[in-house]
Amino acid sequence: MSGIPHDHYEPKSNAEKWIHRRLPIVGLIYDTITIPTPKNLNWMWIWGIVLMTCLILQIVTGIVLAMHYTPHVDHAFASVEHIMRNVNGGHMIRYIHQNGSMLFFFAVYLHMFRSMYYGSYKAPREITWIIGMLIYLAMMATAFMGYVLPWGQMSFWGATVITGLFGAVPGIGEMLQTWLLGGPAVDNAALNRFFSLHYLLPFVILGLSIVHIWAFHTTGNNNPTGVEVRRSSKEEAEKDTLPFWPYFVIKDLFALAVIFVIFWALVGFMPNFLGHSDNYIEANPLVTPPEIVPEWYFLPFYAVLRAFTSDVWIVMAVNWLTFGIIDATFFGVLAMFGAIFVWALLPWLDTSSVRSGRYRPMFKWWFWLFIVNFVVLTWVGAMPAEGIYTNIALIGTTYWFAYFLVILPLLGVLEKPLPEAESIEEDFKASLKSKSDNDPKGPSAEPIPAE
Amino acid sequence: MKLRNFAVAALSAVVLALPATMAEAKKVKGEVTNFDFSFQGLTGTYDRNQLQRGLQVYHEVCSSCHGLQYVAFRTLSDRNGPELPDDQMRAFADMYEVWDNELRDWRPATGPDHFPESQFEGAPDLSLMTKARAGFSGPYGLGINQLMKGIGGPEYVASFLLGYTGEEDFQAGSMFYYNKAYGDWVSMAPVLFDDMVFYEDGTPATEEQMALDVAAFLMWTAEPKLVERKHAGFVGVIFLSVLAALLYLTNKQLWAPVKKAAKRD
Repeated sequence: MSGIPHDHYEPKSNAEKWIHRRLPIVGLIYDTITIPTPKNLNWMWIWGIVLMTCLILQIVTGIVLAMHYTPHVDHAFASVEHIMRNVNGGHMIRYIHQNGSMLFFFAVYLHMFRSMYYGSYKAPREITWIIGMLIYLAMMATAFMGYVLPWGQMSFWGATVITGLFGAVPGIGEMLQTWLLGGPAVDNAALNRFFSLHYLLPFVILGLSIVHIWAFHTTGNNNPTGVEVRRSSKEEAEKDTLPFWPYFVIKDLFALAVIFVIFWALVGFMPNFLGHSDNYIEANPLVTPPEIVPEWYFLPFYAVLRAFTSDVWIVMAVNWLTFGIIDATFFGVLAMFGAIFVWALLPWLDTSSVRSGRYRPMFKWWFWLFIVNFVVLTWVGAMPAEGIYTNIALIGTTYWFAYFLVILPLLGVLEKPLPEAESIEEDFKASLKSKSDNDPKGPSAEPIPAE
Repeated sequence: MKLRNFAVAALSAVVLALPATMAEAKKVKGEVTNFDFSFQGLTGTYDRNQLQRGLQVYHEVCSSCHGLQYVAFRTLSDRNGPELPDDQMRAFADMYEVWDNELRDWRPATGPDHFPESQFEGAPDLSLMTKARAGFSGPYGLGINQLMKGIGGPEYVASFLLGYTGEEDFQAGSMFYYNKAYGDWVSMAPVLFDDMVFYEDGTPATEEQMALDVAAFLMWTAEPKLVERKHAGFVGVIFLSVLAALLYLTNKQLWAPVKKAAKRD
C-alpha cells in the first residue's frame, strides 16, 4: 500500500493463484504486515499495538461478561456480584475488563502525546489523526456507558451528572436529556440503552481502527525525525525501512509483554486500586454520595468542565453578551467539548513546517508544559470544586486553549527550527553510534575510588 | 534511550494514577487504625479460624440488623473461605429463614440460599462493606501501600466497631453515638463487649479480637476469590516475565544483523 516501493505478494502455487484471482485476501494480509516501516522508530511507537490488544481484550472479556450480566435496575448490581462469585473465573474476567479500560486510556494518551511530539498529525496524515480523535471520542462514550452498567452509586450519579450536561443546553436541553435517557431521570430505560450501546460502540471502534491503520498504511508511518522515507527507488527505500514483520512485530510484542506484566500485577494484586470504592454500593437515587468523581481518565476534562463558575469574568461577559442564554454551566460544557475539539483541529493549528519536536527548540518546552498541565488537570479534576482548586483548574484550562489556539500557530512563525536529519538511515546510524559511545562496558571515565 | 523511555512511561503511569488515589484517600475523615490482617500483601491468605470466628460474631451480633444478601450459605464451605464442613454449613443455614417464592412462605435456608437481607432500612447490607469503605491507604494516601497493606476496608470496619467514645446525644427522638473512626455521630449503638461470644477455639473474645475477626470475615464476604486472584496474579506475572525475557532475546537477535550492518558503514 504505502506508496513506498517494496515487494508485493506474488502467488506461487496453483492453489494460491486460484484464490488470488478470486479474492486477493492473502495479498492484502501480506502487504499489510510487510509494510516498510522506518528503521528508527523508538519505544513510543509501541502504543498502537497495545491499543489494538486492549480493544480485542475488552471485546473478548466484554462478550463473556455480557453472557452473565443482566441490564435491569433490580438485577444489574446483583448480576455483577454473581459474576464475581459464581461464574468460573468471573472475578478475573471482570477485573481484567475493568482495569483493561484503564490500560486502554493510559495507552491512548501516550499514543496521542507521541503523535503530538513527533508531529505525526501533520500533512499528509491529517485523516489518520482525525479518525484517531473519533476513536478517542467513541472510547470515551463506551467507557462512560460501561461504567454505568454495574449500577453502583458512582455509576448512577456519574450518569446523572454527565447526562445533566446535555440538560444545560439552552432551550432544548431538557428535551435532549429526556431523549437520551429515555425518561426524566437515569433509570431502567437508560441502563438498557447504555448496555446496548456499550456493546455496539467497540465494534464501531474496531471499524474506525481499521480505517485508521489503512490511512497510515497509505501515507507510511511517521518516525522520530519526521523526515519522510526516501521513495525514488526500492533500494533507497530499503535503506530507510524494514518490513513490519518480523522486525516491529517482535519488538512490539516484547513491549506488550512488559506492559502486561505490570497490568497483570495490577489485576492480580490490587484490582480496585484505580476504581472508586463507592461503586460497591448499589445505586440509590435517594442518597447522593459526598463526592461524584469520574474515572481517572476523564478527570482533565472534568476539571475543564468545572473550571468555569459564574464569577469568572469571561463567563460573566459571555453571559451578558448572549443575554443570559449561555450561563456558567453551559459555558463549562462548551469548554469541555471545545477542549476536545481544538485537540482534533491540531493538524491545522500547528503552522510549523517541521514535523518532529526534536528539531523545534521552543516547541519542546511548550509541549512538556502541556503534558505537565495535563497531569495537573487530572489531579485537580479529582479535587473538590472549591477554593484554590477552581483557580488551578482555570489556569490549566487557559493553558490548554492557549497551547492550541495561540502558542502552536505562533510558534510556526517565531521559532527557528534546527536542521533536520538527512535521512532516516542517517538518524538510525547516529542513534546506534551515540549508544555505543556511552557503552557502560567501556573504560569508566570516573576514577574508581580505592576501598 | 530505551531505558529512558521506559522510565518516562513508568513515571507517567504513576503520575496519572496518583490523583485518582488521592481522591480516594481524602474522604476518610475519622481515625482509622492500620491493623494487620493475614490476607494483606502479595502472598496473604485468609485465616480459616479467624473467618469462622468472624462468622460467629456476624451470626450472633451483626445479623440481628444487617444482611449479607450476596453471600450464599454454600460458599461457607468453599476453599480459601471459612471452610465449614458440609454438614455444619447446612446446619448453620438451617438457623436462618428465607422467603420461598414457590411455597409462598418462609422456610429454613439451605446451601444454595443466600443470607437474608438487612432487617431494616438504617442497617446497610454488609456483603461488600469492606470494599465500599476502601480508601485508607497509608501515609499521604499514596495508595501504593495497597499492594502491601490491603485496601483499608477491613481496617475501617474494625476501627469503626472499636471507635465509640461513649459520648451519646439524643436528637429528634433518636439516640446518636460518637464514633471516632467515622468522625461524626452515628445512629448505630456500640455492639461489641468483652466476652459476649464464646470462641470454641479458645481465643479470648476481647472487643478488639471480635472486631478484627468480623472485619476479616467481611473482607471474605466482599472478596471471596482474593486468594485465587493473587494466585492467578503470581502465575501470570511469572509467565509474562518469562515471555518478556524470551521476546527480549528474540528481538535482540533479530535486530543484531541490522544494527551491525548500520554500524559497519
